[in-house]
Amino acid sequence: MKVKLVIVVLLAAASLQAQVTYDRILAGVDKEPQNWLSYSGTPKNQRYSPLTQITPANVKNLQQAWIWQARSLEKYQATPIVVDGVLYTVEAPNNVVALDAATGRPFWQFNYTPAPEARACCGRVNRGVAILGNTLYLGTLDAHLIALDAKTGQQLWKSQVAVAKSGYSITHNPTVVKDKVLVGTGGGDGPIRGYIAAFDAKTGVEVWRFYTIPGPGEPGNETWAGESWKTGGVGVWNAGAYDPETNLVFFGTGNPAPDWDGSTRRGDNLYSDSVVALDADTGKLKWHYQFTPHDELDYDSTQVPVLADIQWQGKPRKVMLWANRNGVMYVLDRVTGEFLKGKPYVKANWLDGFDAKGRPNRVKFPSKEGTPIYPHVHGGTNWAPPSFSPRTGLFYVATWENSGTLAVEGQFPRAIPGPNTRQTTMGATNLVPFYNDPDTGEAYGVVRAYDPQTLDQKWEFKLGDITWGGTFVTASDLVFSGGRDGYFLALDAKTGALLWKANVGGQINAAAMSYMVNGKQYIAINAGSALFAYALP
Amino acid sequence: MRHLIIGFALAGALLAPCASPSAWAQHETAQDLLDGERAYRDRCANCHGPNGDLIPGINFSAGQFRRPMTDADLSRIIRQGIPNTPMPPSNVTEAQAGQIVAYLRSLAAGKAATAVKGDIARGKLVFDGKGNCTSCHSVGGVGGRRGPDLSNVGQARRAPELERALLDPKADVQPNHRYYRVVLQDGTTVTGLLLGYDTFNVRLLDSKEQLRSFVKSELKSHGFVDTPMPSYKNTLTPQELADVVSYLSSLRTQSQTPPQR
Repeated sequence: MKVKLVIVVLLAAASLQAQVTYDRILAGVDKEPQNWLSYSGTPKNQRYSPLTQITPANVKNLQQAWIWQARSLEKYQATPIVVDGVLYTVEAPNNVVALDAATGRPFWQFNYTPAPEARACCGRVNRGVAILGNTLYLGTLDAHLIALDAKTGQQLWKSQVAVAKSGYSITHNPTVVKDKVLVGTGGGDGPIRGYIAAFDAKTGVEVWRFYTIPGPGEPGNETWAGESWKTGGVGVWNAGAYDPETNLVFFGTGNPAPDWDGSTRRGDNLYSDSVVALDADTGKLKWHYQFTPHDELDYDSTQVPVLADIQWQGKPRKVMLWANRNGVMYVLDRVTGEFLKGKPYVKANWLDGFDAKGRPNRVKFPSKEGTPIYPHVHGGTNWAPPSFSPRTGLFYVATWENSGTLAVEGQFPRAIPGPNTRQTTMGATNLVPFYNDPDTGEAYGVVRAYDPQTLDQKWEFKLGDITWGGTFVTASDLVFSGGRDGYFLALDAKTGALLWKANVGGQINAAAMSYMVNGKQYIAINAGSALFAYALP
Repeated sequence: MRHLIIGFALAGALLAPCASPSAWAQHETAQDLLDGERAYRDRCANCHGPNGDLIPGINFSAGQFRRPMTDADLSRIIRQGIPNTPMPPSNVTEAQAGQIVAYLRSLAAGKAATAVKGDIARGKLVFDGKGNCTSCHSVGGVGGRRGPDLSNVGQARRAPELERALLDPKADVQPNHRYYRVVLQDGTTVTGLLLGYDTFNVRLLDSKEQLRSFVKSELKSHGFVDTPMPSYKNTLTPQELADVVSYLSSLRTQSQTPPQR
């Protein structure tokens, strides 16, 4: 069997760079473990690799295969994609490079300078490209969608998704569904009206658009006081998921604007801080679930939706797993949107439970003097991708524990006095010492495994600093993660035991992935301004 | 007449020093153009490129500047530079600046003069048909990838250069368009457009348009080969050649931008 698998992999590698059909993307790593054809390996976003050459027994021998240095000092958030030995990544903000996945050496580079009016709230970042056929798709900081020839890096077309001058931006990887390329608009900390748009993959013509804030006459518009819907934010700035069985595409949505002052936008502010399930062909809303109604703490729900088929109360169920920025972990029925379970996975004090339909009962509100609210504005987790292993059945999340904030009416939240102050630094300088001590209960980063059926924590591995590293899991039961303190870690997926570490000398701002070239498995991770690939000797 | 020019020049020198190179540039000789070209290559081409098109928004071959420029403007910028930009001042004389200006003007004029000889529509037919150019070159995303993308070649190259590339393609191959051949240990030969070359590896776009990477130490041999671009000297008539040059000169669209809603 093992020999057979190797032959299959070799044959696949030998059929050099065939067209990346949508069927290939849909099956992803399940059929082509040597490739990584979309942001999370498959449109289910499990970030799980069936490759097993690197095991808990030999992971201690991992060594650096190559490093590719980006000429950019921005946070490096892009997950590479790998197609038949060619790796594509994005040098922030918007340069695309094609590398030999075995050596890290470049084939070509496409350079793009976003228009000067491009303004992103939180760094000139990008999370990667998508591919379909022989075409790569890039969302730009100035809110355009660019199609590139994957063989040469030549630009094929460029479509305006939104008007950058009005505060829109794109920082996430586009999501390909069949013959369309879907992309959301960021900028929701400012007075935009966010949307998700689908473009014809061949021509770049917009096919449909879904506004994350309903207009007058549409259901949900009444959840915005007065004219506040026009400028209510609700950006979309992270990867979508797709379920072919229901033809639904899922996106998490961002916070309502203005972020902290909810007095001007009374109501639940639909569909902010929600997951929306859209018909992939038309963009029509099929269902939604709002995680944080009337958010006043910037709890964007722009996490990566993870689709899994699990046993739920003794029966198989198609679910969606979601560790939210608001500190609560959710299991939703992804066919109907039904709320199955919600439970805080980090210290969370803003709610004390849910009603029968899953609406949270909020108990903390911003005050003049400041109300301590947990988790912090940066959340229990943020945008960094989690992972799910169908082998262990566990959900792996890189989180911030014990992080809190003083919510002040209409103002940017303040840090809770004391040593936790440092946790508020979003873009801390590379590897600045972090003074919090996890052992005394101060805020810290931690990698944890959860059982989706109970949302009970199975294990944890504490980090010496907070983390934007996400997680990645393999079929040999290895979890790879890391944090702002610049260590890349291999953990036992069943126990959380540390099996290997590498000092990568820069903060990890993305999740890892894996691929195989010429019979060798590689693990890739971004840290600082560089992309590192590790393999066995 | 001569006295008049000297008189003007003197008056210019007394009243407005910038005026004289402008007047001078209108009376250049062939030798002045050669001197201007030499001075350009020595002093300007390092940043602006041999064809004057390396700085975004500026293309001397197409007479394109970021704002309209008189000869006097150009001469002043050549001598004084542009403060707070990478364009430095230089110590050229007014006469030399005038020669450079004359050369820059001739670049743009030469292009326009040659491009009108052929017929663009007929040229496209030859390009797509008899010439078989699209097997290697693409225009607007249509065509092969093994040769340079020509979507914007009219902006980047002057007509005489395009004509020379068609007649004698080996004469001037850009460094990023060179061809390379590797021979594997089993004798297999792979030839392709050279994309990258370092101490240990070499990367090509091969004849099947696959991105390929090779470890040099594992190869039997490897090295540069001539461009596979054929000469059209004997396969196209002079009129067809002029038509193709006209067509290529007309290609100035960088990419297709789909209609917006």
